[in-house]
Amino acid sequence: MVLSMGPQHPATHGTLRLVVRLDGERVVAADPVIGYMHRGYEKLTEFRTYPQITTLVNRIDWLSSFANEVPFVHGAERLMEIEAPPRAEYIRTTLTELARIATFLLFLGEMGLQVGAITPPFYGFRDREYVLNLIEGATGGRFHPNFNRIGGLKEDLPWGWVAECRQAMQKVLDSCDEFEDLVVGNPIFEQRTRSIGIIPGSVGASYGVSGSNLRASGVDWDLRRDGEPYLSYRDLDWKVWTHPDGDSFARYWVRLQETRESARMVLQLVDGLPSGPVMAKVPRIVKVPPGEIWVNTENPLGEMGYYLVSKGATGPFRVKIRSASFGNTSILPWLLRGCYVPDIITILASLYFILGDIDR
Amino acid sequence: MMTLALDLGWGSTLAIKTLVIMLLIPLGALIFGWVFLFKMMAHMQSRLGPMDSGGFHGWFQLIGDGIKFMQKEDIFPEKADRRVMALAPFVVLLSTFLVFLVIPAGPRIVVEPLDTGVFYALAVSSLSVIGVLMAGWASANKYALMSALRAAGQLIAYEVPLVLAVVGVVIQAGTMNLQGIVVAQQEGAIFGWDGIGHPFVLTQIVGFALFMIAAQAELTQPPFDMPVAESELVGGYMVEYSGFRFLLFFLGEFGTAFAFSALAATLFLGGWALPGVHGGTADALGPVVVLVKVMLVAFLMFWARFTYPRMREDQLQSLAWKWLIPLALVNILVTGALKVAF
Amino acid sequence: MPDEQPEGADEQPGDDGPEVAAEDPRALAERETALLASLQAVLGDAIVEHGDACGDLVVRVRPDAWRRAGEVARDELECDYLSFISAIDWTPATRPAGDTSGDTSAPVQPPETTFGVAGSTGRFQVFARVASTRRHWGVTLKCDVAEGDPRAESWVPVYPGADWHERECWEMYGIVFDGHPALRHLYLPSGFEGHPLRKDFPLLAREVKPWPGLVDVEAMPDEAGGDDGGEA
Repeated sequence: MVLSMGPQHPATHGTLRLVVRLDGERVVAADPVIGYMHRGYEKLTEFRTYPQITTLVNRIDWLSSFANEVPFVHGAERLMEIEAPPRAEYIRTTLTELARIATFLLFLGEMGLQVGAITPPFYGFRDREYVLNLIEGATGGRFHPNFNRIGGLKEDLPWGWVAECRQAMQKVLDSCDEFEDLVVGNPIFEQRTRSIGIIPGSVGASYGVSGSNLRASGVDWDLRRDGEPYLSYRDLDWKVWTHPDGDSFARYWVRLQETRESARMVLQLVDGLPSGPVMAKVPRIVKVPPGEIWVNTENPLGEMGYYLVSKGATGPFRVKIRSASFGNTSILPWLLRGCYVPDIITILASLYFILGDIDR
Repeated sequence: MMTLALDLGWGSTLAIKTLVIMLLIPLGALIFGWVFLFKMMAHMQSRLGPMDSGGFHGWFQLIGDGIKFMQKEDIFPEKADRRVMALAPFVVLLSTFLVFLVIPAGPRIVVEPLDTGVFYALAVSSLSVIGVLMAGWASANKYALMSALRAAGQLIAYEVPLVLAVVGVVIQAGTMNLQGIVVAQQEGAIFGWDGIGHPFVLTQIVGFALFMIAAQAELTQPPFDMPVAESELVGGYMVEYSGFRFLLFFLGEFGTAFAFSALAATLFLGGWALPGVHGGTADALGPVVVLVKVMLVAFLMFWARFTYPRMREDQLQSLAWKWLIPLALVNILVTGALKVAF
Repeated sequence: MPDEQPEGADEQPGDDGPEVAAEDPRALAERETALLASLQAVLGDAIVEHGDACGDLVVRVRPDAWRRAGEVARDELECDYLSFISAIDWTPATRPAGDTSGDTSAPVQPPETTFGVAGSTGRFQVFARVASTRRHWGVTLKCDVAEGDPRAESWVPVYPGADWHERECWEMYGIVFDGHPALRHLYLPSGFEGHPLRKDFPLLAREVKPWPGLVDVEAMPDEAGGDDGGEA
């Protein structure tokens, strides 16, 4: 039996279509059909100037928009050989981590929903709201901040933001404990996720699976620590979490730990916030000198990268957008073979992709 | 009601009985839907639920939803078997109606005090799966079909522990008549102490637990809602239904939850019985007492429903066959041995 | 891990073709030099050119060594992780530089064809980024593709994740990957004609309706007077 799941299906987070060939409830072959949300950003970037493009890249992974802007502006800054002031870098780091927390809180709840528990998503949404309020307070936008400028940030943080941030991080840490009790500690959840969708580290890497998904397979690789130094991660005391199992449970567990870790990082960041301007001296019209650069960062969903080719104009000549979910979902045909229909949902949920991040 | 009805002809009696039963289900479904689905779930999930319609905590919301559903177009897919698909929700609802026939709400308030009450109630309650199968097959939808097959497999697996869990009660009460079981709990004594009668939940705690688990599976509620599984089968057998027929399924879902809660309240919590209340007072208080006990049982059911994730079909089967059924058999043996010993 | 002493550590890798004037003058870092050395040791003269993109090693290989380069990167450099495979069209945008009518929003690119780091012989180039999850390094590989009959070797046997990237590349640039199991459309509907990311493929939305942005924003200040910094 051929079952076409999606493009409108609650488990596909949007418009992924999965053509599944079934033998009873067992999957014989699965072919993901993507592109229902293809917006042609790589083409569009060739028609925009650099400041305009941050608006576009915001919408790639719409759950952690701020984190998408960072590698792009970094690429342009490095090509122009300007550096954002340390305060701007700190605030960027804070907001990136907040975006990560918001994304993961949603995941922690959503995964519960996908395996059938109705209540966790509401907790996830509730706690994400604290974080979104923070992002909105700082940037003015809940989902699409468009707050980065080449050379720094649009504005400084508002008064009282730091105190509010500390409180919210405490709530996030509490909520992580709650998820640990409610979901991770649940025997049925364990039954549904343990040894489901096992990705061996080497296979995952060769498919381009990255981020938490790869770390859940025991690969100790985090671009915040191991990549080209970016933002202020070197100043922080933090830990990269891995899990040896590589199954859906491991992916949930790793993201839970990373949410905690990010909350702790934000607390450190707001404590050590340097003073100073948030914008470097940048010419009014941004012209990026000719050159090529590959910038990649650790986004909530995995490795996000831009291959920027500039020919010295006000806009890039070519931008290759390497989005995390693209690699993460390209393993699906391999991963889904032989599992049961209910496991498809568990695996899809645990890989955690955003359709805008696959289709770009 | 029996005595009340005796003065009338059988036709009028039948009419009244039918009317009561017909009213009971929408009423029960409404109460359950509002109290548990809208309010309890909302508060467990740190939100308020509907607050506006009707004034007090949105009590009118569900009725309004019902009215909305009735106005909607009755859609049939092109390849669907129209007649079977149209009939299926009624079959589901019918099985729920039939359960209420035997549930007593007072010493004399019962529609039909059948001598084989327990047997009858469990038998008709499993009729609903025929409706589910009809709906799943006739919808001409792969999700619906898979859901129907899962529902059938699940029903077979969980009907067994459900029946076996009740056997302990039947042994203790010495009758299959639900009225008799209630009286046995009212008049009985726990190992000689008769202060509060003998609610079987105290001595049949294993049976009660088994009954609740199996009932949860019969109702296809989480953690056993694989046939509905909205995140993978998109609602399962109900996926192609709309408007009034969908409303019937909804009524059936909560009506059945009401029926099973009532059954559990009768079998294990003593039904209408209150210690020291007899005769006419029991008749007057009976329905209220039953309702309170039903709500108690239903609270447990819905609490589990809103808390647990869903088990996979194979895990759910192995739970039934490897754990629940052996446990139920052991329970019967122990009950039987104790019954003989005392 | 290429442990041997990198040959020519002081070598200036900036021979990026004469067209690129303002290339980053830095020499390759030590790690990148070592990576290049071990690539050279295996691939030999299959490496046409190499360059430095802001500290990252870019290596251009001969088209017939494309898959071999992937294998070497995977086996010798321990680059087990495939980041992406994509392509680039080096023709300048269709819009002539002097054209100020119509769409004035798109940035004006230089009208002459120039090539990026590590150069190119023609219009199309396939490039890929691989990285090592254990050693935390990475390399960008490039390979030229003939314009008339754009073909490249498929990397699917080397990195199974290349499947989708090559499908995307095929539909966006029309580059055929030899040895790919099924080059089907990835994003676009199956009947789609044309290759959208080629520079001669017009962005139809802009052709039909010019960019409206300029009517309601203030005129951009003159380029010469625009270096007063501050907010962008």
